[in-house]
Amino acid sequence: MSTSTAVPSRPGELHSIWLVAEREIGSKLRSKAFVISTAVLIVAALASVLWGGFTAGTASSSGIPVAVTAQTQSDVSGLDGLEVTVVDSDDAARALVADGTVDAALVAGSSDSSFDFTVVVKDSVPSTLLQMLSETPPVDRIDPGSNAADVLRYFIALAFGIVFLIAATTFGGTIAQSVVEEKQTRVVEILISAIPVRALLAGKVLGNTILAMAQIVLLAAVAVIGLAVTDQAGVLTALGAPIAWFAIFFLFGFVLLASLFAAAAAMVSRQEDIGATTTPITMLIMAPYFLVIFFNDNPVVLTVMSYVPFSAPVGMPLRMYLGDAQWWEPVLSLLVLLASCVAAIGLASRIYQNSLLRMGARVKLAEALKG
Amino acid sequence: MVINEKKGCTVLELDGITKSYGGRRVLDDVGFTVAPGRLTGFVGGNGAGKTTTMRIALGVLGKDAGSVALNGSPVTTADRRRFGYMPEERGLYPKMKVAEHIAYLARLHGFSKADAARKATALLERLGLGERLGDLVETLSLGNQQRAQIAASLVHEPEVLILDEPFSGLDPLAVDVVAGVLQEKAASGAAVLFSSHQLDVVERLCDDLVIIASGTIRAAGTRDELRAQHATHRYELVSRGDAGWLREEPGVNVLDFDGGYALFDAADDATAQRVLQGAVARGDVASFAPLRPTLAEIFKEVIQ
Repeated sequence: MSTSTAVPSRPGELHSIWLVAEREIGSKLRSKAFVISTAVLIVAALASVLWGGFTAGTASSSGIPVAVTAQTQSDVSGLDGLEVTVVDSDDAARALVADGTVDAALVAGSSDSSFDFTVVVKDSVPSTLLQMLSETPPVDRIDPGSNAADVLRYFIALAFGIVFLIAATTFGGTIAQSVVEEKQTRVVEILISAIPVRALLAGKVLGNTILAMAQIVLLAAVAVIGLAVTDQAGVLTALGAPIAWFAIFFLFGFVLLASLFAAAAAMVSRQEDIGATTTPITMLIMAPYFLVIFFNDNPVVLTVMSYVPFSAPVGMPLRMYLGDAQWWEPVLSLLVLLASCVAAIGLASRIYQNSLLRMGARVKLAEALKG
Repeated sequence: MVINEKKGCTVLELDGITKSYGGRRVLDDVGFTVAPGRLTGFVGGNGAGKTTTMRIALGVLGKDAGSVALNGSPVTTADRRRFGYMPEERGLYPKMKVAEHIAYLARLHGFSKADAARKATALLERLGLGERLGDLVETLSLGNQQRAQIAASLVHEPEVLILDEPFSGLDPLAVDVVAGVLQEKAASGAAVLFSSHQLDVVERLCDDLVIIASGTIRAAGTRDELRAQHATHRYELVSRGDAGWLREEPGVNVLDFDGGYALFDAADDATAQRVLQGAVARGDVASFAPLRPTLAEIFKEVIQ
């Protein structure tokens, strides 16, 4: 054994972090289970988008039925995706809305001085139509009491909830397993004799975050391309910004969760015991999923959700899609998320450092924090 | 092996190390020196404190008191990167390929990708794993995983090597290969400390010995010093004639006797010399030698 390479100087911490991240990514990409489950997820996303396009296409082959009068006809001129019926009077237009012939009517007069018309709808607000009109006009509901569940809203809420749930549990679980694997096999003793403990933690979080984000971006791309291909321009316009925000929220939300998962896993020494410390975090991930399913028509719950760090990635994009959120709300919520992210990383790195080399019985949280 | 200039002068010193677990003192004032260029054997019974001592020396375990110094100054985190470590409970990622794994560890220590791959391959081939480079760690037999583990501790050319039971589970041929690699490592100037239950291997291999029992150091020094310290005036004589006359010699206590063979304790060196002269006068002497205590004997003696 002869070597001409001198012993190198100590590698930088960033380099160490990247090496760890690279290994995490490489080992995950080689797992058949991971590749197959990702493929299934993408096919499912594509199928639901295409199905949505198909049903939408049959329901309104020539667009959303809208009634206008001679006075308001000019407001919809030049807009694609509308099936315009011109009627004699505002009352006739309202009648068409009431009997369901059209989804909405544009009538003269407005409570908002910047508009000379009002959109009249039966119960649900046609967000697609509102997106088409360059500015949001006042909306007048004929039958505001019967705010029946909007199927599309339900599915979009479900989609955000399920994507968040799947991605966060998959990669949160991955990082937890990988932490315990290192502890259980004692390879961690060799690793930390080479690199600082925090570099190991950062590398694992970074690697799994990259994987999770890649999956999310892939799904978003499939959704956007699918919507474009199936000519659902209206939905695409309405969903574009929420999807982008979802990705941003997910990024930081996941970093937060991944740090907590790593810390929780470091407290046990065997794969069998992972559940004991990670279950509370899994609950935190499942909460937004159930909340959006049951409360997607409850503005108060959604507003609270959109600011709580764990549910913000689901709650805020949904509120944006529904048109409930002011422009500054996602920014504020993101700041709240960022602050909690920093706090979680600090906490997690403390627990991780204090627990990593303690083999055997589960490390108590108080001890892990105290060190 | 090209010797790095920094090597050859690395001394690891442990002094006054004390460690308690929940009120039970497992190490008490443990101190010894691991010299560069030498193999130091660390021997002790189960639960004597070997692993705890090694983990403290490596810094993966805290100590209650005492110091670990490298060349006279306390060991820093940066220093520890120049350590190679083989933990008691073997650990590598089960789902990584052997060569890739060892190269990964080299890269964590700062080697470039190409250097790391080259070094990993060379080392694994040297350890007899040349055919298994692309196999997953979990598919290797225990003996081969052990070799991979040794490669993991050596691949970054450490200046201090701390190996916990590197020979356990190896067949005799593998013991020789690993022993050869460790001797080479020591010859290049590294300080090498390893624990073992196989006293015969330790005896054959080590320049220095440290014996620990119940958390205290019972003996430490060079192998030859220890042997001299524990030497008895016991001799073995093999001659052509009948050795029966020995029983009549003053100051001689015959322990075993069979024709020309005799095993005896002499009162002092002079008595032994007189016996040798007497034996030569009575016929051809095939061999006459002091019986040096084996490590096993010294071990039993000092741990009592």
